[in-house]
Amino acid sequence: MIHWRDLMQPHRIVLMLLFAALVLWCAISLRWDWIPQYAPLALEGLWRTVWILVVTTVLGFMLAIPLGLAQAVGPWYLSIPARTFCTVIRGTPLLLQIWLLYYGLGSLFPQIPWIRSSELWPYLRQAWPYAVLALTLSYAGYEGEIMRGAFASVNKGQLEAASAFGMPRLTRFRRIWLPQAIRNVLPTLGGETILQLKATPLVATITVVEIYAVSSRVRSDTFIVYEPLLLLAISYMSIAGLITLAFRQIEKRVPR
Amino acid sequence: MDAILETLGLAQSAELLAFSPPGWGGNLLRGLANSMKIASGAFGMGLLIGLFGAYGKLYGGVVVRDLLAIYTTVIRAVPELVLILILYYVGTDLLNKASLAMGYGRVEISGVVAGIWVLGIVQGAYATEVLRGAIQAVPAGQIEAARAFGMPPLTLMRRVTIPAMMSFAVPGLANLWLIATKDTALLAIVGFSELTLETRQAASSTRAYFTFFLAAGALYLIVTLLSGVVFGRVEKWARRGQPSLREGGR
Amino acid sequence: MTLTRNLIATALFTAFASGSVMAQDVRIGIASEPYPPFASPDASGNWVGWEVEIIDAVCTAANLDCVLTPVAWDGIIPSLTGQQIDAIMASMSITEERQKTIDFSNPYYNTPAVIVADKSAEIDATPQSLAGKIIGIQGSTIHQAYADTYFGDAAEIRVYQTQDEANQDLVSGRIDATQADSIAMADFVASDAGSCCEIKGNVANDEAILGQGVGAGVRKGDDALRDQINAGIAEILENGVYDEITARYFNTSIMAE
Repeated sequence: MIHWRDLMQPHRIVLMLLFAALVLWCAISLRWDWIPQYAPLALEGLWRTVWILVVTTVLGFMLAIPLGLAQAVGPWYLSIPARTFCTVIRGTPLLLQIWLLYYGLGSLFPQIPWIRSSELWPYLRQAWPYAVLALTLSYAGYEGEIMRGAFASVNKGQLEAASAFGMPRLTRFRRIWLPQAIRNVLPTLGGETILQLKATPLVATITVVEIYAVSSRVRSDTFIVYEPLLLLAISYMSIAGLITLAFRQIEKRVPR
Repeated sequence: MDAILETLGLAQSAELLAFSPPGWGGNLLRGLANSMKIASGAFGMGLLIGLFGAYGKLYGGVVVRDLLAIYTTVIRAVPELVLILILYYVGTDLLNKASLAMGYGRVEISGVVAGIWVLGIVQGAYATEVLRGAIQAVPAGQIEAARAFGMPPLTLMRRVTIPAMMSFAVPGLANLWLIATKDTALLAIVGFSELTLETRQAASSTRAYFTFFLAAGALYLIVTLLSGVVFGRVEKWARRGQPSLREGGR
Repeated sequence: MTLTRNLIATALFTAFASGSVMAQDVRIGIASEPYPPFASPDASGNWVGWEVEIIDAVCTAANLDCVLTPVAWDGIIPSLTGQQIDAIMASMSITEERQKTIDFSNPYYNTPAVIVADKSAEIDATPQSLAGKIIGIQGSTIHQAYADTYFGDAAEIRVYQTQDEANQDLVSGRIDATQADSIAMADFVASDAGSCCEIKGNVANDEAILGQGVGAGVRKGDDALRDQINAGIAEILENGVYDEITARYFNTSIMAE
């Protein structure tokens, strides 16, 4: 944690003054008059970014558990597909995955006439389900690899003890194996979640209006280039900071 | 061969992916070559920044250390896409202004060079952390011994620190290389001619979105898998003379 | 010591010098996304189309050494002001809004804005018929500004990076209609991919938003280049090169009145 005494060293004070001067210079000499007009849109975009981030990390993590388990202890017919999935997801750019899901699948729709009358059609027409799917799969791919190691590194003796006491397999998994595996990955989760945050702007390319799309919008409407990008960078840094703090709190509460 | 493709219904895809026009395979390969150029340039530039960054973080003065901390924190918290846009617009703008101020006239920056520059700065932040960790993992006694014999700092770096830290740095660097290759895809959004943009152009022109995105994915995957093999070799080489981790009692 | 210094020098040299040429070439910015029949890359990686040929002809007529420089469409004006390119010839309409930031040459073609939708859809180009529909448009275009103003209240507007992607989603049925330039759309609905759809009509004109034809964009104050381009346009209109190129692509005149 940061202590005030650390900040009060002479060179840090100079740096902070320089920084304050920089902020002041930005506030005065750059153009910010567009903010009031775009504030509602920006807040909406910010909310959508956070929403996508939370939904995809939670879903992705849930998917990562079976993926990690299959790779760590599964029979070959489960572990090979799981490993292939993780390799493919981790070996190709997310942008390409998003475009493949959205435009690739979309290009197949005309060949399936009944799809437009199906009940799923209202969702298939929207962009966000593809964004959520792509980001969920991506998170699962990266986290699945980490979960594999986490499951493998849980102390075997504890599992053996539990089965010696006649604990059923599912309970053993739920009460002993999974909690410890999750505790093992906890230190990496914050970093992974920030990586996921940094992946969210890519969904703007498939018409999802999140915070990055709003800044592009400002740029294209007003031809102001740097200011929206600066503000955008600051919003991402703030979210990343909040994520770091949140995970630090969670880690503190979990007994080691 | 043709018959197999025909039965699988892939004849059309094979035609689209042919290496000579009217197939678009040649374009994809050109794009891949550009991607690889940008990725290796950025990786190299990242290593250079990372080496100085790591030294600065470990042995630099308080101001250098704080500035480097700001650099690595900011770069690692802001999406690459946003950084690319900022660095691309600001960077070329500043370079032009500087060049004009020095009386050289306009500087023209090719897409590849701009891509290397932009991704290199991003890579540098990650490389700084990887190399710092690796240098710290080198037993302090080895460096102290070299110092005690009066070895000059740069020779020390070249003959002791870098060879000794290699085995610790290689896994992290391998990861960085993979990030570099995948990050080149983001340059498509700025309009740089690399694999993903070539793919997008080919897909738009032919409407065969599925075929081309799958083909590009396969190309990226091949690069990843080959890199894995190469870096595995490098790691083995870097570890030569060290006890194997697997055999070592843990 | 010297090794390290050489390494650094070489790295810096390759990073900046190799790609940097002090040239007097005029870099003409075109959109890096395909925009047939005006500018799109072919399978051998060359840019082809009506506008590409016009650029070539204008540059020849005006004695300019031009280099085609593909730039992402939504960053094309920042690229111009940021000196990455010297002129924009990418089917960009001359509008009052853009003229606040950049200067334009005289127009070299004109194309009305149309609404395109599925053949079976009961849509015309009026705000009433588009109420409750999803309209796809390309971002940073006059169509985005127009659709926001006239259809935005009643319809959902979806913004795409390229017109091709909007067309693709029109074919897949994700959007009900798209608004775009009539000539590009005529080309699209005539193609196999666009056979589902037809042009439903021109949108009501609003010159303030839709502009006065397509011109070449140059940096504010770059009058020398603008005059050269104007002279080039005037010359190819005069000597028949313009008509010759146009006749190979279209069967009607597309010149601004």
